[in-house]
Amino acid sequence: MLTLTSVSKTFNPGTVNEKTALSNLSLTLEHGDFVTIVGSNGAGKSTLFNAIAGDFYVDSGSIRLDGQDITFQPAYRRSRVIGRLFQDPMRGTAPHMSIEENMALAYLRAGKSRRAFFSRVSKADKARFRDQLAKLDMGLEDRMRQPVGLLSGGQRQALTLLMATTVPPKLLLLDEHTAALDPETAEKVLRLTREIVSQSRITCLMITHNLQSALELGNRTLMMDGGRIVLDLKGQARSGLTVEDLLRKFRENVGAGLDEDRILLS
Amino acid sequence: MLYVLQTALELGFQYALVAMALFLSYRVLDIADLTTDGCFVLGCAVSVTLTAAGHPFLAIPAAMLSGAAAGFVTAFLQTKLGVPSILAGIVTNTGLYTVNLMAMGWKANQSLLRQDTIFTLFRDTGIGGDWYAILLSAAVTLVMGALLVLFLGTRLGLSIRATGDNRDMVRASSINPTFTITVGLCLANAMTALSGAVVGQAQKTADINGGTGIVVIGLACLIIGETVIGRGSMLRGAIAVVVGSVIYRFVYALVLRSPIPIDCLKLVTAVVVALAIAAPTLKQWWAFQCRARSARKEHR
Repeated sequence: MLTLTSVSKTFNPGTVNEKTALSNLSLTLEHGDFVTIVGSNGAGKSTLFNAIAGDFYVDSGSIRLDGQDITFQPAYRRSRVIGRLFQDPMRGTAPHMSIEENMALAYLRAGKSRRAFFSRVSKADKARFRDQLAKLDMGLEDRMRQPVGLLSGGQRQALTLLMATTVPPKLLLLDEHTAALDPETAEKVLRLTREIVSQSRITCLMITHNLQSALELGNRTLMMDGGRIVLDLKGQARSGLTVEDLLRKFRENVGAGLDEDRILLS
Repeated sequence: MLYVLQTALELGFQYALVAMALFLSYRVLDIADLTTDGCFVLGCAVSVTLTAAGHPFLAIPAAMLSGAAAGFVTAFLQTKLGVPSILAGIVTNTGLYTVNLMAMGWKANQSLLRQDTIFTLFRDTGIGGDWYAILLSAAVTLVMGALLVLFLGTRLGLSIRATGDNRDMVRASSINPTFTITVGLCLANAMTALSGAVVGQAQKTADINGGTGIVVIGLACLIIGETVIGRGSMLRGAIAVVVGSVIYRFVYALVLRSPIPIDCLKLVTAVVVALAIAAPTLKQWWAFQCRARSARKEHR
């Protein structure tokens, strides 16, 4: 599905600010994998996502998605098949456009006829948006003509999730997408994520600082440090693992404790 | 008074297209596009020159095409060559001065004497009587406005709006900002040139300095309209620029008939524009003063 081969990236090479963000990293995902990623500050988690999404081109190594080499494909081309959610709920939606228009944009851009510049959303499409919004259970289906800027952070993030998956992407990247929400809303968005991902069988990578949900969600957990994957847990080795085990394993592999100021142990 | 109204409506509809272009570039795309002044003259020059050669109808699409080309240059400079957007507009604008001279056959102005224009041809059909010029100008502007609103609801239109609304989102969506900015600026400048083309044929003349300050006036019309009509949907925005443009021309015509000497016109324009743009801030300040005063009275 997704294969990264010996990917490296160094920022500001040759200056005092030189920083090796990804170092010879290799990773293979299977179809339908739901992988959680944990790690210290500056471990390279977000950088890994940026490399996959194409925010920058990697210095060396290659990235393949579904058999296609995307190493040098620009970000806007990759985003046709890669959905993405950020920690900041403001980043995923256009505030001055209505809920309906945001949905239309997501739906039309992921549509099959990419050259149909002048296509518009039909009545049937709008009814479909309504149904999808109703599933969020946030009352958004009755506010479809309101600008998105009026919604709360949680509502915007739920909408972004819906937009990213309305036409299921091959790969979904979730970068701490519940971290900026209050606990109750975070729980709800997380539940929605689980539902949508399992329903459409989307391959998914999720960064989290909640160790408990890192172990509960998905079928595989990666730990990153210094731009490398230091721990890769799946199957037998992962089931029944507690947060304490995870912290111990991290210390054994890295030689230092997990240092993340926002880490949640439970 | 009727004459004032007629002039205001005619010029208002003709120049509304500039405000509409600014609505697209400045409001929707969030780019201050300073190509406008030169682009207006370009449309005017192309239109008048072709009309002089006996092609008043061909003149209109030709002017729009030339405007789109100017918009493309500005867009190319800022998206592909990394020139900051305001500078890109100024650079194109500077270059257009020479292009405009060229379009008029290396003369500083070009006049139509007895050649047919779309206005004289329309007058000869007898539709609209004395109001024929207003009718034709309004038709051109309203059709263009309707097309713009329809366009902004399509996939490409929504992508252009998203580009101006949230760059972060666009980067993570499959929208290519280079493409949407280019299309948006081409379209905006085609509308500016169309305005120039219509004005040129209506006044039967094109002048190399005819576009000076057009961008400021267009901006004033946009803001006056938004103050009166309000902001919100694209339809509202398109209506607002037309209303704003007519109001601006009405005030302008009144000033022309008042005892204010004609040499002061530019200063009056600047004051009107500054007041229009400052209006929301002034309104807020005044509301705050009122609230503070009534609060002080209560506490006493």
